[in-house]
Amino acid sequence: MTAKLQLIGIKKRLRGRQVLDGVDLDVAPGRSLVVIGGSGQGKSVTLKCALGLMKPDAGQVLVDGADVTRMPQEIRARVMRKFGMLFQGAALFDSLPVWENIAFRLIYADHVKRADARERAIEAMRKVRLAPEFADVRPVELSGGMQKRAGLARAIIAKPDILFFDEPTTGLDPITADAINDLIVEMVKELNCAAVSITHDMASARKIADEIAMLHNGKIVWRGPAATIDASGNAMVDQFIAGRAEGPIQAVV
Amino acid sequence: MINPFAPIGRGLLEVLAEIGRFAAFAGRAAGSCFSPPLFAGQFGRQAMQIGYFSLPVIGLTAVFIGAALALNIYVGGARFNAESFVPNIVVLGITRELGPVLAGLMLAGRVSAGIAAEIGTMRVTEQIDAMTTLSTDPFRFLIAPRVLAATLTLPLLVMVADIIGVMGGYLVAVHSLGFNGATYLRNTFDFLESQDVILGLVKAAVFGFIIATVGAYQGYNSQGGALGVGRAATNAVVGAIVLILAVNYVLTAFFVE
Repeated sequence: MTAKLQLIGIKKRLRGRQVLDGVDLDVAPGRSLVVIGGSGQGKSVTLKCALGLMKPDAGQVLVDGADVTRMPQEIRARVMRKFGMLFQGAALFDSLPVWENIAFRLIYADHVKRADARERAIEAMRKVRLAPEFADVRPVELSGGMQKRAGLARAIIAKPDILFFDEPTTGLDPITADAINDLIVEMVKELNCAAVSITHDMASARKIADEIAMLHNGKIVWRGPAATIDASGNAMVDQFIAGRAEGPIQAVV
Repeated sequence: MINPFAPIGRGLLEVLAEIGRFAAFAGRAAGSCFSPPLFAGQFGRQAMQIGYFSLPVIGLTAVFIGAALALNIYVGGARFNAESFVPNIVVLGITRELGPVLAGLMLAGRVSAGIAAEIGTMRVTEQIDAMTTLSTDPFRFLIAPRVLAATLTLPLLVMVADIIGVMGGYLVAVHSLGFNGATYLRNTFDFLESQDVILGLVKAAVFGFIIATVGAYQGYNSQGGALGVGRAATNAVVGAIVLILAVNYVLTAFFVE
């Protein structure tokens, strides 16, 4: 199947350090790829390069086969409409009520009437099991789990082709984290979109991934079906999923 | 062997690079004010926040400065029997210099720091990245409304400051220094020329642009959590004040010539 999103040889140097050193990734429609790796290994930078929030020093990001890294800003903005993103801290806009956060793209980019946008926002809230009575409150009044739900509703409202998740379960209790994982799986299936997640939560990775890739020292060191990760045969993957300090990966303390 | 001039050169290059980055940012911010989509609701909110809610601080500053100016000119003028020039010099000083500069400095503290802190917090909490992923240009949605609101409302604030400042001088002159009220006002209006007011308003518009742009620049480029946001707010105030004072001299010299 043709890849919806493809990263080819992505390199990025930040503050004198080679964060990404030739990352190759691809994900097909309806498939969910999870990138795991320790802190500071370049997971977030990979996501930012894929999203166009950061320009890679070398390599290509292909969306439906078109290289978006060298596109003019205006055309790139159109490609951005294919993306939905759930940020680690949800990144909801403090100054707007929850419904307007969710409907932001509809109102300000797609110029949908406010009344229609509100209706669609409330429909999206129902989908992520966020009660509509929270539509008019400010994000700061929501719990961490509810903020993630609102962030997910915002990511899916425009029915994106590619969904990105940045540490979707960080900071949540295990039960809420599992509920968010279930929602992610459900939304990816419902939209039949390609999904790319980054996490170091193995429970989350096992639940939401069709495939898992491990990033270490700016390179993909292993990639395979999620079901085979326990038999990867890669010492770094084994150390990471077992959560051991001893092994080829040096713990950063 | 270490070249003793190397650190100076490095520092100079860094300053020049920073000036270049700020100039590019200011150019993009100015361009965003004139390219669609224009977010009218955002502009309205910012005009209220920057303009209307700054009225009390601008009014209080102006009345006290006008009053103090009248007293100082009276004392100074008495040394060569020129006390009668109080209304003329008060109105000249307020409209050409003190009105725009003090309004600019007060807003540099109130508005520039506020913009830097707000946009800086949005930057470090990834709200600006989120906006980009939602197909909305942060320059058009966040920065252009603030720059436009500050550039357009500061001249209005300065007009109010001019009137209140002259009234401050009038109150002191009439009630403390024994001036005749009608004569004071007649001297004020007879002496005032339209170019004095125009110079003040041009300065105000430029200062408004500086205040919003410096605040937005510092906030947009902030990093490092709460510490970075605090640093951005401080740098915004200091940067805006220094730029206002420097540009004030350039504009005054330009108009005098």
